[in-house]
Amino acid sequence: MESCNCIDPQVPADDLLMKYQYISDFFIALAYFSIPLELIYFVKKSAVFPYRWVLVQFGAFIVLCGATHLINLWTFRIHSRTVAVVMTTAKVLTAVVSCATALMLVHIIPDLLSVKTRELFLKNKAAELDREMGLIRTQEETGRHVRMLTHEIRSTLDRHTILKTTLVELGRTLALEECALWMPTRTGLELQLSYTLRQQNPVGYTVPIHLPVINQVFSSNRAVKISPNCPVARLRPYAGKYMPGAVVAVRVPLLHLSNFQIYDWPEVSTRSYALMVLMLPSDSARQWHVHELELVEVVADQVAVALSHAAILEESMRARDQLIEQNVALDLARREAETAIRARNDFLAVMNHEMRTPMHAVIALSSLLQETDLTAEQRLMVETILKSSNLLATLINDVLDLSRLEDGSLQLEAATFNLHSLFREVLNLIKPVASVKKLSLTSHVASDLPMYAIGDEKRLMQTILNVVGNAVKFSKEGCISITAFVAKPESFRDARIPDFLPVPSDNHFYLRVQVKDSGSGINPQDIPKLFTKFAQNQSLTRNPAGSGLGLAICRRFVNLMEGHIWVESEGIGKGCTVTFIVKLGIPDRSNEFKLPFVPKVPGNHGSTNFAGLKVLVMDDNGVSRTVTKGLLMHLGCDVTTASSSEECLRVVSLEHEVVFMDVCTGLDGYELAVRIHEKFTKHQDRPLIVALTGNTKKVTKENCMRVGMDGLILKPVSVDKMRGVLSELLERRVLFESV
Amino acid sequence: MTMDVVQLQRKLREHQAAMFQQGFLDDQFSQLQKLQDESTPDFVIEVITMFFDDSENLLKNMARCLEQVPVDFKQIDAHAHQYKGSSASIGAARVKNVCATFRAFCEAKNLEGCMRCLSQLQQEYSLLKNALQYLFNLQQQIKAAGGSIPTQ
Repeated sequence: MESCNCIDPQVPADDLLMKYQYISDFFIALAYFSIPLELIYFVKKSAVFPYRWVLVQFGAFIVLCGATHLINLWTFRIHSRTVAVVMTTAKVLTAVVSCATALMLVHIIPDLLSVKTRELFLKNKAAELDREMGLIRTQEETGRHVRMLTHEIRSTLDRHTILKTTLVELGRTLALEECALWMPTRTGLELQLSYTLRQQNPVGYTVPIHLPVINQVFSSNRAVKISPNCPVARLRPYAGKYMPGAVVAVRVPLLHLSNFQIYDWPEVSTRSYALMVLMLPSDSARQWHVHELELVEVVADQVAVALSHAAILEESMRARDQLIEQNVALDLARREAETAIRARNDFLAVMNHEMRTPMHAVIALSSLLQETDLTAEQRLMVETILKSSNLLATLINDVLDLSRLEDGSLQLEAATFNLHSLFREVLNLIKPVASVKKLSLTSHVASDLPMYAIGDEKRLMQTILNVVGNAVKFSKEGCISITAFVAKPESFRDARIPDFLPVPSDNHFYLRVQVKDSGSGINPQDIPKLFTKFAQNQSLTRNPAGSGLGLAICRRFVNLMEGHIWVESEGIGKGCTVTFIVKLGIPDRSNEFKLPFVPKVPGNHGSTNFAGLKVLVMDDNGVSRTVTKGLLMHLGCDVTTASSSEECLRVVSLEHEVVFMDVCTGLDGYELAVRIHEKFTKHQDRPLIVALTGNTKKVTKENCMRVGMDGLILKPVSVDKMRGVLSELLERRVLFESV
Repeated sequence: MTMDVVQLQRKLREHQAAMFQQGFLDDQFSQLQKLQDESTPDFVIEVITMFFDDSENLLKNMARCLEQVPVDFKQIDAHAHQYKGSSASIGAARVKNVCATFRAFCEAKNLEGCMRCLSQLQQEYSLLKNALQYLFNLQQQIKAAGGSIPTQ
């Protein structure tokens, strides 16, 4: 073969290709041997790799592939049989392992894909956790801001400071360009710019409350983004050049102001809101973040709470001040009351020790003087002194009684008394005073009024005397009328006493007494003051010099007697009417006939039996003469009658103690009186001459007194009246009924 | 017998109450009744009878005086005064009031007023007389039936 030179040029081409295959096989073997090393490294790194057996197979596969390529290096030259056997064995093993690995991969590829999916999931989860961590940090910072803001806002209870602090802190925390607070006006129809962060003196700038943007904000409890161009947001020209900052608005709940009596706040009755407007800086790309909006909302709520606390504090401060004032007033009132009590006690001591005793002396001496020989005029004067002294003594006793009335120690003394006789006594006591003032005094006691009643006679008389005495005192002219009757249930339905509806029964009734005068009258506005003791109001013309004491006592007595008293007057100069109702008991009928019939006549003349008293009646009117005679005979008198002056003068004798004569017929009666005086020269022998007249003119009385008559009686004359008249005449030898 | 007495007593009470209510009588009449007792059982009737006689005489005299020419107002006033006293004594309130008006017209020498008052007086007296006579008639019937006359 070596001697053949014809195939020698083909050897270089085969040699070059063989070199290339030789180098490639080497690198292939190198790569194949390095892959297991990488796999081992990877498996060590990932401790959770679940397919170690597959990895071993794969490693074996790779190593065998590398071995086959390495063995190829010896197959390019003539090789021995050993090399061929080794080559065959290697390739067979590689084939077996390759097929096994391929079959195994069919099973693990889905698992590997699943692992990949899980890896992506975990990656996303990590990203999410990262965002949540960021959010948590952001919220933590927001919470810190809120706590700081809340601390600042609620560190004061002054409304102005609360609102100003809110704006300043919000501006600082959120880096705002402007922040404004709009408050509702008093009418509740507008919002007024009340506070701003930067703009100075925002006074008088108002917007209607019914703007759509305002309704939108007020209808939500969240912070609402609004247009920078709306009226509540455009507070001043833009600070920037390009675009205004983003604006949000939130409502701030205000108090139910009607629940708090805060007078300097707008008086709106429905729930209302203030409006807070916040602006981000102009020319910035900033937008409102969710956490910033939440911050704004929380702050608005805190402001509402703080304002509420401020209002409550203001109210409590006002209440405290009011209580302090009241305590001062109470202390002053207490000291005044103590002073008044001391003054009253001193006054009562003076009344008791220094005034009552001399008054008793005046009364006693006047009574003694009354028993001496006096002319009719002198007797009238002494009677007046005596009556006035008695009235004054009554007033002194009134003052002493008033103190007992006030401390509740005065008790009524109920006893059976003659009611009709009581009114006669009142008249007898008041007539002298009334006659001095030339007042006409009339009395009408209803016939159905019980003769006897159970009650405190002294206090009842005192009350009537007080009322009638006042009427006499404050009347310069005219007439005074006293009316007494049983109060009927229908008369209780009076607007003046709406709660006074007592009902009479078998053992008690209600006496109604009305005293009417034509005196100076009272201003209706001053009537309530009449019952206030010691009232010295100068405007009370009815009490120019009075103490106002009597009516206060009257009211207390009447109230003790389960009654009511009131005063009516149409005004100054229109007279006055005093009315009172008192409850009185009715004596048992079985005891009625056992009561001693003893009328209350003052003096020693206790007997009402006029048996044997010789009386001469002169009256030219047959009917009147007969009635008067019957009346006197009924009382037990021995009556002689005359129908003319001549007959009377002829019949009158020393035996007659009283002569009643009618003086209505011109001067005949007066002439008769003069002639009777001439007939009896000694005063003690002369009979008492009493005029009977229906004439109410003053001149009649004056004429009677001038001609020396001893009395004047107004007709008609009732049985009781005549009985009283005779007792009075025989006791005092003078009796002029007021005309 | 008992039923009749009770009815008569009730009728008497009602009639008397009506006379008071209508103003024919006043409290003086009650006083007059009080004066009647065992010693003077017919006191009221005696006084009323005397009043009737006086009234008729006075009314006749006043009528005659008013017919005279010239009219003597002073004399008429004296009669009216007398009549006023009589009516007041027995409690004839309406008659008494007309007398007072009559005297005012006499004072003013108002003939027309006097004529009107006289006519009114005659009417009032007639009404009063009929009522009082009925009252006394009832009292007589009660006495005849054996009952007692009730007090007011």
